[in-house]
Amino acid sequence: MAFEGLGERLQQTLQKIKGKGKVTEADVKEMMREVRFALIEADVNLKVVKEFVKKVSERAVGSDVMESLTPGQQVVKIVRDELAALMGGEAETITFAKKPPTVIMMVGLQGAGKTTTTGKLANLIRKKYNRKPLLAAADVYRPAAIQQLETIGKQLGMPVFQLGTEANPVDIAKQAIAKAKEDHHDVVFIDTAGRLQIDEDLMQELRDIHDEVKPDEVYLVVDAMTGQVAANVAETFDQQVGVTGVVLTKLDGDTRGGAALSIRSVTGKPIKFAGMGEKLDALEPFHPERMASRILGMGDVMSLIEKAQSNVDEQKAKELEQKFRDQSFTFDDFLEQLEQVKQMGPLDEILKMLPGAGKIKGIDNVKVDEKQMGRVEAVIKSMTTEEKSKPEIINSSRKKRIARGSGTSIQEVNRLLKQFDEMKKMMKQMSNMQQGKGKRKMKMPGLDSLFK
Amino acid sequence: MSFFKKLKEKMTGKPDETTEKYKDGLEKTRTSFTSKVNDLIARYRKVDEDFFEELEDLLLQADVGFETVMQLMDDLRFEVQRRNVKDTEGIQTAISEKLVDIYRKGEEGEGGLNMQEEGPTVILLVGVNGVGKTTTIGKLANRFIGEGKTVMLAAGDTFRAGAIDQLQVWGDRVGAEVIRQAENSDPAAVMYDAVRAAKNRKVDVLICDTAGRLQNKVNLMNELEKVHRVIGRELPGAPHETLLALDATTGQNALIQAETFKEATKVTGIVLTKLDGTAKGGIVLAIRNKLGIPVKFVGLGEGVEDLQPFDAERYVYGLFAEGLEQEAETLGGETPGEE
Repeated sequence: MAFEGLGERLQQTLQKIKGKGKVTEADVKEMMREVRFALIEADVNLKVVKEFVKKVSERAVGSDVMESLTPGQQVVKIVRDELAALMGGEAETITFAKKPPTVIMMVGLQGAGKTTTTGKLANLIRKKYNRKPLLAAADVYRPAAIQQLETIGKQLGMPVFQLGTEANPVDIAKQAIAKAKEDHHDVVFIDTAGRLQIDEDLMQELRDIHDEVKPDEVYLVVDAMTGQVAANVAETFDQQVGVTGVVLTKLDGDTRGGAALSIRSVTGKPIKFAGMGEKLDALEPFHPERMASRILGMGDVMSLIEKAQSNVDEQKAKELEQKFRDQSFTFDDFLEQLEQVKQMGPLDEILKMLPGAGKIKGIDNVKVDEKQMGRVEAVIKSMTTEEKSKPEIINSSRKKRIARGSGTSIQEVNRLLKQFDEMKKMMKQMSNMQQGKGKRKMKMPGLDSLFK
Repeated sequence: MSFFKKLKEKMTGKPDETTEKYKDGLEKTRTSFTSKVNDLIARYRKVDEDFFEELEDLLLQADVGFETVMQLMDDLRFEVQRRNVKDTEGIQTAISEKLVDIYRKGEEGEGGLNMQEEGPTVILLVGVNGVGKTTTIGKLANRFIGEGKTVMLAAGDTFRAGAIDQLQVWGDRVGAEVIRQAENSDPAAVMYDAVRAAKNRKVDVLICDTAGRLQNKVNLMNELEKVHRVIGRELPGAPHETLLALDATTGQNALIQAETFKEATKVTGIVLTKLDGTAKGGIVLAIRNKLGIPVKFVGLGEGVEDLQPFDAERYVYGLFAEGLEQEAETLGGETPGEE
C-alpha cells in the first residue's frame, strides 16, 4: 500500500535530530505531524488524535527529553507509552452474576458480527469457565438471523431459544431467562438486532430489553475496520444502554484498528475480546500493548523502544538465550516461537514492518503462505516428545512416520530438520559473540562448531 | 446538475419524470448543504489558515483519508489564490467543485450499469464480511423487477450460517428465483448451475451472492477469483458488473479492500451501504481518486427501496451535512419511513 510506515517516517525525522543531539520544540512538532498522520491513517478519531498529540507534545518538549541522551528514542517511547496507557491495562474478565443465570446482552451496528461473536463467546465461556450457556435469538428483523444463530447453536451443540420473527424482542429476552432458570443454564446470551446508529426506535427497543432483563454484561460488538464514526457509535450505545465491555471483530484483517483507541478513549470501556477469524473458536482476549504497536503499525518503532526499554519479557528472552547458548533449544521452543509469530498478525504484514523492509522492492507483493507455516507445525506436532527434544535421533523410519503423520513428505521433514539445525548453530554463534563482547577475547564465530 | 442528469438517464433510460423528481430533491439538499457551509463561513469571514484547518478536519472526520484531503487542500489553496478569493463567500463553489472534481476525475460513461440487450446480465457482489452484500442483492433485485425485468439470484455464500436462507427470504419477498445448493458446497459450482439456469430460463438479470471475506485471506481470495472465472467461462463477457459492497462506516482499510478485490475480480463499481448520516463513507473519494473505481449505488436504509443511484454532487454535500437521512427524505418520497 501507499502507506509509508510511521517507523520509516519517524526514522527520517530522527536522523536529523540525531545529528543535533538535542530535541527542540520544532523537532517535536515535526515528529508529531508524523504521529498525527499515522494515527489518522489508522482510523483513530480526529478528536482523540488531537488530544493525544497535544499530551505527547507537552511531555516531549519537557526537560527530561532535552537532557536525555537519546532524545529521539525518548520521544518514540513517550508516544508508545501514552498509547498503551490510553488502551488500558490487561484485558479484564467477565463478570458473572452471583445468582445465575448471568445475562449477557450483545449489541452493535449491523454487520459488526454480533451473531457470530455471540457463538464464539458462548463457546469460550463454556470451555474456559465451564458454564452452560443458552443463546437467545432476539434479532427478529434481519432475514434469517434466527436461522444463523440456530446453525451456530447446532455447530456448538448449544440450545437456542427463539419465538420466531413475530415475537417482541423484550418478550424473547424475558422468556429466554425463564427458560434458562428452568433448564439450569447459568449464562444467557441475548443476540439483539443490529441497527443503524440513528435509529431511535431500535435504540428504544434495546433500552426496553435492558430495563427488563438487567444484564450483567452489555457487550458492544465493533468492526475493527470502522472509521472515524467508531467513537460516536460507542458513545451512543454507551449512553443508551450502558456498555460494560467491547468486542472488536475482524481483527484478523489487515486494518490497523484505530477504532479500538477511539472507543477506549471516548467511553473508557475496556475492550475485552478480539475476533480473529471465522471459526467459532477464533476469539481471543484483547491485548492492549499489542494493539498499541499495531496502530502505530511499525516493527522498527517497537525495536527502537525496546532498545530504550529493554525490559519487555526479559525473563523469557533470557531463558531463550540460555537455550540457544547451551543448544538445548528444542522443537517445542520452536513451536512456541511459531505460535508467537502467528499471533502477531498476518505474516506479510509483519514482514513489511521489519526495519528497512519498506525499501525492498516488491515487498508489497510478497504473500507469505500461511499454509506453509501450518505444514511446519504439523511436522513438529507429529514428532514424539523425545524426538522434539532430541531431533538427532530421528532416523529414516522415524522420518517416514512423521511425514505420514503430518501429511507431508520425507523431503519436507528433511528440510525442516536441516533448517532447524542451521538455526541452532547460528543462534549459538550469535549468543557466543554477544557474550564474548567486551568481556573476553572475541571468539571466532562458528569455530567451536567446526570441531564438533 | 448535468452530471446527475446524465447518470440518471443512463440508469433508467427514462429521463424526464425521474429527473424532475430528483431535481426537486436536490434543490432542498443544496439548501441544506449551503446552511452547513454557511455555518463554517459565518464563523470565518476570511479565508485563512484557520478556515482551511477546520475544513480539513471536516473532511478527515468523514474518513476521506489524509492523502486525499491534503491533495484537496492544496488544490483549494491554489484555486483560492488563482481566483483571488478573499472572503469566505466566494469559496463555497470552489469547495464543492473541487470535491466533485476529485470524484469525477477521468469518469466517462461509468455511471450506469453495463446491461446486456441479449441474454442475461450477470452481476457479481463481492466484499468483506458484514457489509450488506445479501441485503444489497435483495434491493437490487427489487429495483430490476420494478423495471419489469426478470431476475434470478445465486446463493453463492455457502459458508456463513443462515446466508442461503437470508437470500431465499429476499428472493421470496421480491419474487426472484434463487439457485441454491447445500451449505458448505463449492460456490463455483453454485455459479455454474446458476449461469446455466439463467441462460436456459432466459432471465434478464442474474445476481450472484458470495461469502464475505477479508481481503488478506489469500485462499479465500483465490476462491473468489475462481468463482469469477467460472462465470466468465459459462457466459463469455460475464460477469458484466462486479460490485464491491462497502460499509460506509469503514475507515481507511476500505482502500485496501478495493485494491485487493479489484485485483481478484476486476471490480467495476462500488455499492456504498449503511450510509445513515453519521457514517459518511468519505473513503470512496480516496478510492475514486487512487483506484478509479466509481460508486454506482448507495444504500440509505433498511427498506427494500432504499438503494439509490450514486450522485457525486449530492454525496459531496452530504459530507458536510449532519444528517444524510434528512437528505434521503428530500428525494421526492423515494425513501420510506420518516426518521
